[in-house]
Amino acid sequence: MKKIFQILTDSFRMARKDLLEFFRDRMQLVFFIIMPIFMMIMTGFIFPTENSLKNIPLGIANQDTGQMSATMTEVLTEMRTSNGDNIFSVKTFADDGALKDAIKAQKINGGVFISSDFSQAIQENQQASVTIIPDQSNPQISQILTQVLQQVIARTSTSVAQTKVDEMIKLTAIANPQLAQVNAAVIIQPIQSTIDNLIPGKPNYFQFVAPGIMAMIVMMSVMTGLATSVSREREAGTLDGLLIAPVSRLSIILGKAFSQTARGMIQGMIVLLLAIVLFGVHVYGSWLIMIVLLFLGVFAFMGIGILVSALASAQESAMTIMMTFQFPMMFLSGVFFPIQQMPQVMQYVSKVIPLTYEATALRKVIVLGAGFSSVWIEVLILFVFGAVMLAIAVPTFRRAVTR
Amino acid sequence: MNDSSDIIEVKNLTKKFKDLTAVDGISFSVREGEVFGFLGPNGAGKTTTIKMLCTLLRPTSGQALVSGQDVVKSPSEVRKHIGLVAEKLILYDRLTAMENLKFFGSLYHIPKQEVVARATKWLKALEMEKWQDKMAGTFSTGMKQRVNIARALLTEPEVIFLDEPTLGLDPQTSRSIRNFIDDLHAHGVTVILTTHIMPEADELSDNIAIIDHGKIIAMDTPQNLKASIKKDNATLEDVFLRLTGRDMREDSHEHIPSARAHMFGGKSRVR
Repeated sequence: MKKIFQILTDSFRMARKDLLEFFRDRMQLVFFIIMPIFMMIMTGFIFPTENSLKNIPLGIANQDTGQMSATMTEVLTEMRTSNGDNIFSVKTFADDGALKDAIKAQKINGGVFISSDFSQAIQENQQASVTIIPDQSNPQISQILTQVLQQVIARTSTSVAQTKVDEMIKLTAIANPQLAQVNAAVIIQPIQSTIDNLIPGKPNYFQFVAPGIMAMIVMMSVMTGLATSVSREREAGTLDGLLIAPVSRLSIILGKAFSQTARGMIQGMIVLLLAIVLFGVHVYGSWLIMIVLLFLGVFAFMGIGILVSALASAQESAMTIMMTFQFPMMFLSGVFFPIQQMPQVMQYVSKVIPLTYEATALRKVIVLGAGFSSVWIEVLILFVFGAVMLAIAVPTFRRAVTR
Repeated sequence: MNDSSDIIEVKNLTKKFKDLTAVDGISFSVREGEVFGFLGPNGAGKTTTIKMLCTLLRPTSGQALVSGQDVVKSPSEVRKHIGLVAEKLILYDRLTAMENLKFFGSLYHIPKQEVVARATKWLKALEMEKWQDKMAGTFSTGMKQRVNIARALLTEPEVIFLDEPTLGLDPQTSRSIRNFIDDLHAHGVTVILTTHIMPEADELSDNIAIIDHGKIIAMDTPQNLKASIKKDNATLEDVFLRLTGRDMREDSHEHIPSARAHMFGGKSRVR
């Protein structure tokens, strides 16, 4: 008991010294705060959101003279985002050839071609067609554009169908009066969907990405911070000063772990604060569970940090090793895009990455307001992973420091 | 040799790094209170030996006792009795001189007031008391080395290892450090000194060991060593060059970890 107390007080002394050094390093301090800010702002603004799609240049070549096609063109011209900006900036073209030329010249991001027999076909009860010409050099925009256009066409199509079915009902009702009660909309769209959100409001990308970034920043702080801090002291020679002091090896590495934990938590909190203040993210779950999860994340990644610091001879190699691990982790753990969107093989890979569980658990708590009962599996996995890594890392560190 | 007043006893101490034998079965002993000069060309095994005696490296074989404690079996006991001034400064640039001393003192579990009292005493003795609240990073090499020595002495060790304490210092600071070593000697502290400056070793040491290729090739008082070669007014440098030859040594592996790793077989695990 006394020994454990001694190890802990020694490690707090080490941590205090580390933090004192750290807070005096102005340059590092500035980047320490700027890094999460950059991270948030970057992910917040580069990923396309609904509102970021505005004034997309769209070409329309309408050879038809009927009312239906004119309405459709007007709908496209007048479509607005929730901010009130025009989604499309519509330009008019003569035919589909001109549209394709304009796409090649990158004057427009897509085209809609309505042929001259459009209205006639509808009137004659034939299937009319509208051609969408996407800009394949810009897959993301063209995908969204195609979706929006298809929706507009489908809606127009439905309204045409409704008028036609209404006419049919009227005609048949003469023979069979019972049919007069039938609603045309029910025939065309027998199933209607409603959305019952767990949390109020529309889901936004920030709400999705903020918990992941928090998890990632904590991971990077602990892993990179720990490894570079140890190897920096090793290179400077001060590590020898700690090693010849009559303190346990465990105190040295625990001290480092404590100071890095403090740094990781501060950065995680900066991310959360920014997300709340700048991007309107709301924490729906309990703050206590969230903070416990962050600490658990620190615990889970600490072992890897210690292991790398034991194995890497210099700061440079520690950084390189860390980058190798962190980069795939960042992209495979579902921090930036949902794991379900990945190919099956990659989904398996993401299941062995601890960051996946940290991000998932934080997301559940922050976005969905989940309680402990919904995250206990993630908690268990993170705890076991952390404990196993520490059990490997601490003895390795002990052996590595005195060869 | 196995006197009860021997504070360091080394028997057949060997350290191998992969296929390189850095220290090859050396044996020697150091009497309590003496200044023991440990000389040798670069890469001869001086620093490796000192690191083993300081519990920073584990010997491959052999035995070493420091203050009666085995460096392998009870390293934490050894650590209580030693101080180290290594080739690299053991100081944090972003802590003040006093904060550095307080931090290292606290690791030895010396009461805080006692640490401050000792720190003040040593800083004064080394003429650094004016600078005690300035960041160590702002000091010149000489000033840093003086604080570094104060740090090593703070714990009042029985044995202090000085690995090239005057390396890169101006004549004034070197002089003051040599005087200081003399003072320590007068106070009965055992000093293990490595240096490449032969007159310094000659002036300060009671006994000198010369190590080359991991083996001790001569060990005696400076006077006897000088008398052992047939030359009028022989200096210690004459002895050194006679014994170790005039070839230059490759020692780059001592300073660049990756180069060292390469030399020991290309595994980055080496350091």
